Amino acid sequence: MKKTSKEKRNKGLGIGFCSAVYLFLFIPIFVVVSNSFNATTSKPYLSWKGFTLDWYLKLWDNTSLLSSFGNTMIIAVSSTVLATIIGTLGAVGIYRYKFRGKGIINGLLYIPVVIPEIVIGIALLTIFSNVKIPRGMLTLILSHVSFSVPYVIFNVRARLSGYDKSIEEASMDLGANRIVTFFEITLPTLAPGIAGGALLAFTLSIDDVIISYFVNGQTKTYPLKVMESIKSGVSPDVNALSTLVLIGTVGLVFLTQSGLLSGKHKKI
Amino acid sequence: MAEKTSKHEFRSNTVPALVTVGPVAVLLLCLVVAPLILVAVMSFCSTDEFYNVVYKFTAVNYTKLFSVDYLRIYGQSLLIAFVTTVICVLVGYPFAYLIARNKTKWKKLLYMLVIIPFWTNSLIRIYGWRAFLGSSGWLNKFLMMLHIVDEPVDFLYKTGTTVLGMVYCFIPFMVLPLYTAIEKLDSSLLEASSDLGAKPLRTLFEVIIPLTASGIFSGCIMVFIPCLGYFFVSNILGGGNTDMIGNLIERQFKSANNWPLGAALSIILILVTLLLVKLYQKLGGDMDSLGV
Repeated sequence: MKKTSKEKRNKGLGIGFCSAVYLFLFIPIFVVVSNSFNATTSKPYLSWKGFTLDWYLKLWDNTSLLSSFGNTMIIAVSSTVLATIIGTLGAVGIYRYKFRGKGIINGLLYIPVVIPEIVIGIALLTIFSNVKIPRGMLTLILSHVSFSVPYVIFNVRARLSGYDKSIEEASMDLGANRIVTFFEITLPTLAPGIAGGALLAFTLSIDDVIISYFVNGQTKTYPLKVMESIKSGVSPDVNALSTLVLIGTVGLVFLTQSGLLSGKHKKI
Repeated sequence: MAEKTSKHEFRSNTVPALVTVGPVAVLLLCLVVAPLILVAVMSFCSTDEFYNVVYKFTAVNYTKLFSVDYLRIYGQSLLIAFVTTVICVLVGYPFAYLIARNKTKWKKLLYMLVIIPFWTNSLIRIYGWRAFLGSSGWLNKFLMMLHIVDEPVDFLYKTGTTVLGMVYCFIPFMVLPLYTAIEKLDSSLLEASSDLGAKPLRTLFEVIIPLTASGIFSGCIMVFIPCLGYFFVSNILGGGNTDMIGNLIERQFKSANNWPLGAALSIILILVTLLLVKLYQKLGGDMDSLGV
């Protein structure tokens, strides 16, 4: 009897503790969402002046905000596509072939992952300015590719470690050439790893502040636009856009989650 | 005959190896190796009166690194990063444990709820904290409503505020690897420990923590190192009072326009990173657990 009451107390403590941590994680989200409905029109847009949906309409007139969001999407999609292609090829090649410098390449892959982003940012800025590549969309895409490729490789490599080479040999024995085998056998087997890597690359790209801050030139991404507006107070239409993006991502993930998971279970 | 086959194999593998590994190699060379070498070279250079980099050897930047103001900021950076890491372990460990050992159907949802906040841009979330903690923010309103305080308390622009922002940014990097480590834990070991008479606390320190130590190490590396460079958190929440080494570097490349000095400051960060990663490997850490 005594023990159950103690267990109950422990359970209560655990639930209380976890709720506190979740509250901590969600406080700024509540602030962002509630401010998107704030009727205030005076800077710094913090005091509550009643509920309105105006900002969700005004958002569509804020062309500089929308174009920065467009830039973020262009950069995220193109850098994800490039990083996924380069990373998948690289992971397969590193896994399969013996060549000089393999150890070096493996070691170099960890650099963008462990070194603080600010160092990568200033290093890229330095090289772009030295070889006179004008800073803008191109340098942003190149930079995002450079920090996402290692993550794609790690994800694909995890998939390769459980990979049975004999099915490729079987395919070649049955008369398929190397390229057909790659597209028909290798790629489908690696697909979950590739998808995971691509998703990570996309997420890293849309949220990147620090590296973009150094290599952007005149091109504004959505996070950089937010950074610019922080000095004068983030206007509620920025909060409205953030809220829409959040709802979109949560919705997308919950829609795809069940499918992704059932696929995973089948493979393992 | 044997030579012939090996030659044939060599030829048939060179092209595919080049096609697959070539792009990554070029990318790493041009966008990782070359830039970092250039930063190292530039750290030994100076600037002319138009803020252009003059490529002539000088060690002047390195002597500047030892100025009292800078030393104080390094100390402050290490302190903030250290406290952030400790809080992330102390809060993140029990939290990850409780979710990973949860046996209800809510487990997946609880896990997702840790990740969802991070789908909103990090800057806007940090700004959300500033709005929450500000003198007209919710926290002050709440405290005044309860008559705990009579006038708004200034929570912003303190070391503690920056630590809070850093903990907020990095706690998932602690919770997620710990979650994985704890979930892998074989529960029969815990039962064995308690069957053999160990009290829960002893099981915790002698079974659970040693078995999940790798998760703690990799979590600490992934919190401590990037924390040193997150200049925007201390900008927004610390308001210039809690500068870190990242802020110093940012200023040299932006407003102060002294790239060589900024490069020398970056070399410090690179050395700290190398040192900690070496230590991590010595302690038996796996490099692959660093790439969440």
